[in-house]
Amino acid sequence: MDLDAKIPSGPLEDKWDSHLEHINLVGPRNRPTYDVIVVGTGLAGASAASSLAAQGYRVHVFIYHDSPRRAHSIAAQGGINACKNYRQDGDSVHRLFYDTQKGGDFRAREANVYRLAQTSTEIIDQCVAQGVPFAREYGGMLANRSFGGVLVERTFYCRGQTGQQLLLGAYQSLQKEVDQGRVILYPRSEMLDLVVVDGRARGIIYRDMLTGEIRSSAGEAVVLATGGYGAAYFNSTNAVNSNSTAIWRAHRRGAAFANPSFVQIHPTCIPVSGDHQSKLTLMSESLRNDGRVWVPRKKGETRPPADIPEEERYYYLEERYPTFGNLVPRDVASRAAKVACDDGYGVGSTGYSVYMDFRDAINRQGGDTIKSKYGNLFDMYEEITGESPYQQPFKIYPAVHYCMGGLWVDYNLQTTIPGLYAIGEANFSDHGANRLGASSLMQCLADGYFILPQTIGDGLQPLFRDKVGTDHPAFAQAIADVNGRINKVMSIQGSSTPLSIHKRLGKTLWNHCGMSRNAGNLQGAIDNIDQLTHEFWNNVHVTGSATDMNQTLERAMRVADFLEVGRLMCRDALERDESCGCHFREEHQTEEGEVRRNDEKFAHAAVWEWGGKETNHRRNTEKIHFEHLQPATRSYK
Amino acid sequence: MNQQQKTLSVRLRIWRQEIGNSHGKFAEYAVNDIPVEASFLEMLDILNEQLVESGEDAVAFESDCREGICGTCSLVIDGLPHGEGQCTTCQLQMRNFTDGATITVEPFSTGAFRTIKDLVVDRSPLDRIIESGGYVTVHSGPKPDPNSIPIEENVVEDALDASACIGCGACVAACPNGSASLFTSAKIGHLALLPQGQTERYGRVRKMVEAMDDEGFGSCRNYAECQASCPKNISIKYIGRMNKDYIHATIHGGDDRGPVKAT
Repeated sequence: MDLDAKIPSGPLEDKWDSHLEHINLVGPRNRPTYDVIVVGTGLAGASAASSLAAQGYRVHVFIYHDSPRRAHSIAAQGGINACKNYRQDGDSVHRLFYDTQKGGDFRAREANVYRLAQTSTEIIDQCVAQGVPFAREYGGMLANRSFGGVLVERTFYCRGQTGQQLLLGAYQSLQKEVDQGRVILYPRSEMLDLVVVDGRARGIIYRDMLTGEIRSSAGEAVVLATGGYGAAYFNSTNAVNSNSTAIWRAHRRGAAFANPSFVQIHPTCIPVSGDHQSKLTLMSESLRNDGRVWVPRKKGETRPPADIPEEERYYYLEERYPTFGNLVPRDVASRAAKVACDDGYGVGSTGYSVYMDFRDAINRQGGDTIKSKYGNLFDMYEEITGESPYQQPFKIYPAVHYCMGGLWVDYNLQTTIPGLYAIGEANFSDHGANRLGASSLMQCLADGYFILPQTIGDGLQPLFRDKVGTDHPAFAQAIADVNGRINKVMSIQGSSTPLSIHKRLGKTLWNHCGMSRNAGNLQGAIDNIDQLTHEFWNNVHVTGSATDMNQTLERAMRVADFLEVGRLMCRDALERDESCGCHFREEHQTEEGEVRRNDEKFAHAAVWEWGGKETNHRRNTEKIHFEHLQPATRSYK
Repeated sequence: MNQQQKTLSVRLRIWRQEIGNSHGKFAEYAVNDIPVEASFLEMLDILNEQLVESGEDAVAFESDCREGICGTCSLVIDGLPHGEGQCTTCQLQMRNFTDGATITVEPFSTGAFRTIKDLVVDRSPLDRIIESGGYVTVHSGPKPDPNSIPIEENVVEDALDASACIGCGACVAACPNGSASLFTSAKIGHLALLPQGQTERYGRVRKMVEAMDDEGFGSCRNYAECQASCPKNISIKYIGRMNKDYIHATIHGGDDRGPVKAT
């Protein structure tokens, strides 16, 4: 498999500029003759679609939502990083590059990460010009806040709604292009397959979610901006409709899938309260600045937290990591919570929660100060749980949050299928084995506003007047494939609901391919998923009609793909016989229970190739070259 | 409901309407053994599992983020858009309902919002209002440094109060006239406050107000029901500002895109 990332030669600092000087361009008069398909309208998709349309391309935008503004980028709270160095505290492109590489535990491609850091400052300029109301200081200058794991203040924010404001900026730019007639929107249209003709992506197959009709659309390039696959775990901070179908179907048509087991689990979420739960809500990690995390020292403790005296409380992060205490990175904090609960010290009705306590902070700083810092988060928690964190500690537990893995892309953000691009969370390129806070928004907008619009012409230019329409037999064949799959799912009429199978898949992944993994459990999970897959294709029950709005069918189709994604995640976790970042293999830990990397054997991206069926996946590798940063061990003791 | 109770039961009167049919009717369902920790939408998930298990078509309703920010969920509960309390439907919790209660659930159907199926409505008119002018015309590419144009902190906060709108359409569903004035004025108000929004300010207000009328939304009669039902607490002061700008644009002419010419 050709995994040439096409990294430009020359010094790291000059690669991006020199690349732009040497790639093919499509002239402004010819751009309207190209049709570009963009799937998804989160930060990556909306920014790419609006940028490409403004350049003159004819852009077809597909979304399963009713409106482009609903995409889940909207839920990002904290902020967006950019190395503006407004605070003059030592920030620079190199510093942001270094922090991102180290945060990713040295498992990302240096050239891509450096370019991300270079582009970050332009993003802020672009968004402000669109009218994004970033927080300002009294003198009218932009304000910054600090985020986990770094020593500078480089995060720009709009209250706790940064994702929402950035998405509205991109959405408004997109609607501007709809008004100009250069973007054609296809709302309530779910991509169900990719059409490949002579090895090149030429279009997509989608389902009209109102009528059930299967239709196709052709273009000279297809851009997938469909987010991550974290919803495979069922319970996650993803939206309930987030799914992996677009990238998975592209994978089955030949796009390689990199590092599927790299999934970030965020330490501070509102815990699962029972089997009815459909969604886990994140509580900003800024709470760990003042909240103390603890569990009772006695197993099966039944007293309310306020009645447990100080000496019977186990402040496990403070005891185990005296230097960083409650502010250890996300992966470390998450694992420690899991260990405490697995050992029987957890609290709450399920025994899978830990306390995050503001009692001492309130006593020391006063309730008003705490309220001014965290009031909206305290209110949000109380709204959901009915308990006031002013009176009793938060109950929190880690939850699946973000996928570092995704479709493999080269320096142009093109996948292994020419003409198919993946941007934002859908690709694998920038975060290695762990993502830093406030970096996902940065990557989505770098890809969408600045990188893809400048690289896509390189692949399009040679295609001038080389068009393939939906009348090509490959389209009819792909439509027949999709119809066949839908008819099969509708015809089984067994006794398991798609939701019940999804929940069981989620439990398997969570227990065996979550915060802590080992070979035996991963093998067991693969067997278990094979059984669930068999059950799905022999016993699933979908009601209603395929030619109607049918949310049960929509879920069933997504679950079918989640089963295959989940299996590959476990395979990847099994084959990566080291620990790194989020990927904690119990066999590879230090004496203190920390991650032990194996750079000699695993300094590469694992790039999976679909081999015709789930059991035939082939593992390829793209070596990571440490040219500018030498990998080091992270310690938080 | 007392503190010890772990589950509750409700009777639901839910609007059911087939796709392509302009008429529908209420259907009644009982849902028992709902955990008190469940949210309102999770209670509907439980109902749908029951329906699918018994071979029936599930009730179609929309939701996505389930944390009150995407604006997808849209149910009228016991006559109120998003139910009791100023939050989105997805943030309603079952512990706030009475055991044994009968709850009526309807779509946000009103005026310009057409019911598609069951509890799902078509809110695309709101997208078309934004499309008509709810943006600043800038392409992607190098831009001036933001600190070269200082913006007062309180002005940005005011703009954020308006741009907090999630586009759910509760304001329209709550309005006796089915007006989209709060939604439209929130976007106009956001951009009119910022220096970046000045160039197109009066052309924008004209186009957006006209788009709102063209979509068939009613006119504002100052009932203020929109503000009362807005999950993001958006103030009707933005409607006042929109009207002021609109009058200004009408009197002074102002071309379709550019600012009003000095007279």
